[in-house]
Amino acid sequence: MIRVVLPSHLRRLASIDGEVKLEVAGAVTQRSVLDALEAAYPMLRGTIRDHDTKRRRAFMRFFACEEDLSHEDMDAPLPDRVATGAEPYLIVGAMAGG
Amino acid sequence: MAGVRVLVGTRKGAFVLSSDGTRRSWEVSGPHFGGWEIYHVKGSPADPNRLYASQHRGWSGQVVQRSDDGGASWRPVGNKFSYAGAPGTHQWYDGTPHPWEFERVWHFEPSLDDPDTVYAGVEDAGLFRSADGGENWEELSGLRGHDTGSAWQPGGGGMCLHTIILDPATPGRMFTAISAAGAFRSDDAGQTWRPINRGLHSQGIPDEDAEVGHCVHRIAMHPSRPSVLYMQKHWDVLRSDDAGESWQEISGDLPTDFGFPIDVHAHEPETVYVVPITSDELHYPPDGQLRVYRSRTAGDEWEPLAKGLPQQNCYVNVLRDAMAVDSLEECGVYFGTTGGQVYGSADGGDSWAPIVTNLPAVLSVEVQTLP
Repeated sequence: MIRVVLPSHLRRLASIDGEVKLEVAGAVTQRSVLDALEAAYPMLRGTIRDHDTKRRRAFMRFFACEEDLSHEDMDAPLPDRVATGAEPYLIVGAMAGG
Repeated sequence: MAGVRVLVGTRKGAFVLSSDGTRRSWEVSGPHFGGWEIYHVKGSPADPNRLYASQHRGWSGQVVQRSDDGGASWRPVGNKFSYAGAPGTHQWYDGTPHPWEFERVWHFEPSLDDPDTVYAGVEDAGLFRSADGGENWEELSGLRGHDTGSAWQPGGGGMCLHTIILDPATPGRMFTAISAAGAFRSDDAGQTWRPINRGLHSQGIPDEDAEVGHCVHRIAMHPSRPSVLYMQKHWDVLRSDDAGESWQEISGDLPTDFGFPIDVHAHEPETVYVVPITSDELHYPPDGQLRVYRSRTAGDEWEPLAKGLPQQNCYVNVLRDAMAVDSLEECGVYFGTTGGQVYGSADGGDSWAPIVTNLPAVLSVEVQTLP
């Protein structure tokens, strides 16, 4: 079970209360987590990354385990603590975007 | 009893203002989509319960919301706006080529007869259409693909397609306006387009009467006379009597002919409203006095309407999509300001009263007249 924390504006858009808990098939990567998130909540498509290119929107950031993963390889495995659900994967609105 | 529903888009959410036909007391609903920029909310002429809202913010881009119950509830629909083919380039602020990039929806124009068909005017300037209630969007690329597209440039608000007018009398005829490219007309339901800017003169471009490059702020039409169009340009107020083939200036005795919105009385096709703004540098009313100007002669002769509006220390702006009229027997006129006030007049502009006074900056105002 992967835990995902969304910024409040996206929680309200998707009518999500608290953390999202996702089952991710196969390797747990940023891409597979976001794919699972968008499959579960289609209204989030286009709000975190581009519909087609899947490029991260400039004012969205990805953090986990006190690290900034925004510029990491989207197909690299996420830390074990995220993959096991011990730590959440954080999707954050950049400080400059509010 | 008949009533009205005023749909207000602001920098931080949408608001719905409702009243009966007297328009004396108002119920305020909102904020809907709090914290998001709501560029526009508009109802379908074919089904007043069908509303479309453009929701945007820098973090997460564009969302489109749809209501099927007059704004009581909403759900997000499709937000994928992909330009057809290779996007190409337009002019950037500095005159260099810049690729077309979708930013936001400025304006929705629902079809006159089908609630599921709606047009979207977007930034960077393009026209999209949905035939399934906003779930999927397809570009009508004949507009952006016009030979002049590479010469279009952004106005101060970005390179936006902000006006879409559907001709109720001539099937397939529609008008659009883009800042800063100008006005365009299609006679084949949006497949092909041509500029209709003859008679426009604009400083700030190399050729003052060029085919494109004009910063048209808004166009309005009365449905009973669809060949007559009124235009508020960056500077100048103009009228066309031939569906845009040519334009003549009608600024007349206005104190300044800079401004953003323009609209037409619901029952008097020659009664027109504008809100003069001091200049392109000073985006507030002359002398700190907020006044709507009305012409009953299709332009040239204008009268100030000030009763009930602030006449000192008022330095707000009224944006291009922030004025609307209802179609009750005594025509109501409404406008919103960047100071968060929405004013209404239940007597065609003779007198005004604030409906709400402390909203976020108002981006758009539309009104629905309900049975």
